[in-house]
Amino acid sequence: MRKILGLAALTAALACSGANAQQVNVKIGVLSDMSSLYSDIAGPGSVVSAKLAIADFTKANPGVKVELISGDHQNKPDIGSQLANQWYDVDKVDLIIDTPNSGVALAVSQITATKNKLFIVSGAAASDLTGPKCNANTIHWTYDTWMLANGTGKALVKTGGDTWFFLTADYAFGHALERDTMAAVEKNNGKVLGKVRHPLNTNDFSSFLLQAQASKAKIIGLANAGGDTINAIKAGAEFGIVKGGQKFAGLLVFASDVNALGLQTAQGLTLTETWYWDMNDANRDWTKRWQAERKAAGKFPTMVQAGVYSGITHYLKAVVALKSAADGKAVVAKMKELPTDDPLFGKGTVRADGRKLHPAYLFEVKAPSESKYPGDFYNMRAMVPADEAFRPLHEGFCPLVSG
Amino acid sequence: MFEIFGIPSTALFGQLLIGLINGSFYALLSLGLAVIFGMLNIINFSHGAQYMLGAFAAYLLLQYSGLGYWPALIIAPVLVGITGVIVERLFLQWLYKLDHLYGLLLTFGLALIIEGVARNYFGSAGLPYTVPESLQGGRNLGFMFLPNYRAWVIVASLAICFGTWFVIERTRLGANLRAATENPTLVRAFGINVPRMITLTYGFGVALAAFAGVMAAPIYNVSPQMGSELIIVVFAVVVIGGMGSILGAIVTGFGLGVIEGLTKVFFPEASNTVIFVIMAIVLLVRPAGLFGRRA
Repeated sequence: MRKILGLAALTAALACSGANAQQVNVKIGVLSDMSSLYSDIAGPGSVVSAKLAIADFTKANPGVKVELISGDHQNKPDIGSQLANQWYDVDKVDLIIDTPNSGVALAVSQITATKNKLFIVSGAAASDLTGPKCNANTIHWTYDTWMLANGTGKALVKTGGDTWFFLTADYAFGHALERDTMAAVEKNNGKVLGKVRHPLNTNDFSSFLLQAQASKAKIIGLANAGGDTINAIKAGAEFGIVKGGQKFAGLLVFASDVNALGLQTAQGLTLTETWYWDMNDANRDWTKRWQAERKAAGKFPTMVQAGVYSGITHYLKAVVALKSAADGKAVVAKMKELPTDDPLFGKGTVRADGRKLHPAYLFEVKAPSESKYPGDFYNMRAMVPADEAFRPLHEGFCPLVSG
Repeated sequence: MFEIFGIPSTALFGQLLIGLINGSFYALLSLGLAVIFGMLNIINFSHGAQYMLGAFAAYLLLQYSGLGYWPALIIAPVLVGITGVIVERLFLQWLYKLDHLYGLLLTFGLALIIEGVARNYFGSAGLPYTVPESLQGGRNLGFMFLPNYRAWVIVASLAICFGTWFVIERTRLGANLRAATENPTLVRAFGINVPRMITLTYGFGVALAAFAGVMAAPIYNVSPQMGSELIIVVFAVVVIGGMGSILGAIVTGFGLGVIEGLTKVFFPEASNTVIFVIMAIVLLVRPAGLFGRRA
């Protein structure tokens, strides 16, 4: 990878010496969870995606020189904020991308607006990022809690799961997901029988599941992610939740979680994602390149990691059009003006409130007998077109879109 | 069916039982810590990582030699215990005469290394490990559904805890061990190989942690950070019970498991801080812990 970057830089230098072509310098930082419960969803895999995006773009556009750094926010908003400040002020980073954990993302979003840089959120979910907390320097790329709630939530209510009990991670993301799913359930004539909030990174869910069982709700909504979801589903298998007639709604489940649970435990789970490695040939080819670069056997890219590739590609397109990355607001405006097109997400747009639009897909986890090769996790059940998948523009209360 | 503070009694009894089950994990882990601190005066911060190694050993034994849960219950603690013996011989034996802080720093560093290496090779999402066939399913007790595996956890922990306490407090071997930590020179004069006893004791403490790890593998996520999540709570348990007291660690482990379980019913958001609140209160009132000996 270094070789390609070096060659690209050399070509750029040579090209500069001849024509009047301008060299555009950009610095990108991948701020992610490198060591804790979200590090397989994003983490080092996101850095790999960023490297691939930069390599592909600079090959086609030698006039751009891109430097890449990465950092670990450890799921702590104070550490994430400190890193963001340091990157923007000292290290002259222009774009921060990825950032799973909505608490950290919300903090970094505010900092980015103050410093007029750019923030593309691929990892975090809270729909507030394009709602009341939106700003002109942040773009919410891959997915959000509203899309999850209206994908999985609506589908489950329509197929008979009309009473719900929520197991919610007690921080910004869990609250947002619970709020959006509750709204989706009630809009479709379902009822929410109760909820319980658990601390982030909980080991043992037996006590919370007991309360869920006692509520007799048909659906137990898991408003959490990563290790928390895995622990909850694992404990659920032990306590006979599914045998007792209740179903789990994995409101945010990634391929890496299904890998960790094993198909025996995870089969039948309904989930919504915007990208799956096995959906088409372009995704499969990119996945092979990602796996070769990632060098960790048995791993498959998640939609968050694909979103990092897609986001950087579009960002660099806008930077080249403006010939500068210095003014964050201007680049965001350009990104909203240009339609998006990349091999992974296809054609799409970035909306006025910073929401990237693309279709969502309803998946169901395969049974072990249906899975023919490693990574063969999902059956696609439905596609939600881009204009229906995300919250309507005027329902978000984003200050950028008033009136 | 009656209500206590707005929660139906059946739900409450269910939560109490769950609390006992969690308490048995705390008791097992804090037992190992208490043995190591009480006998060796080493604050073993790598206990959580060794618990994680036990779970990983169980997973690897299943993956690569097809050995299931029951053989792993014996083999994994032995394997991890041996690594403990190696650590003691290579590193810890030089630190006994020094301040407690050095042992803490060394074992903390070891914990970080072990976790980092595990995360590098296995990622952080966790590895699948299922409940063994013979313990699957459960029975409906009327007030809750008790999985057979969790019932087994309580029984096994109680057995191990009682067995360890008995060996240390009531047998000749235990007496020799306690004497060796109080006055090693005198005990050596009796012809007892004190260094070997100390090495094996550390190995035993580590094996206890690994045993808890194997027990945890089917029900908790087998991930590199599974130990670090638990170790802070276990340290609080040991401190509350009294740093050197075996009985204190066991009783406090079960007791705090129950209290945490009750907190999850009445105020779930506080469930991971209630133990530290209790630790603060206990230390204010009884600085040596509930069962601890005044140093």
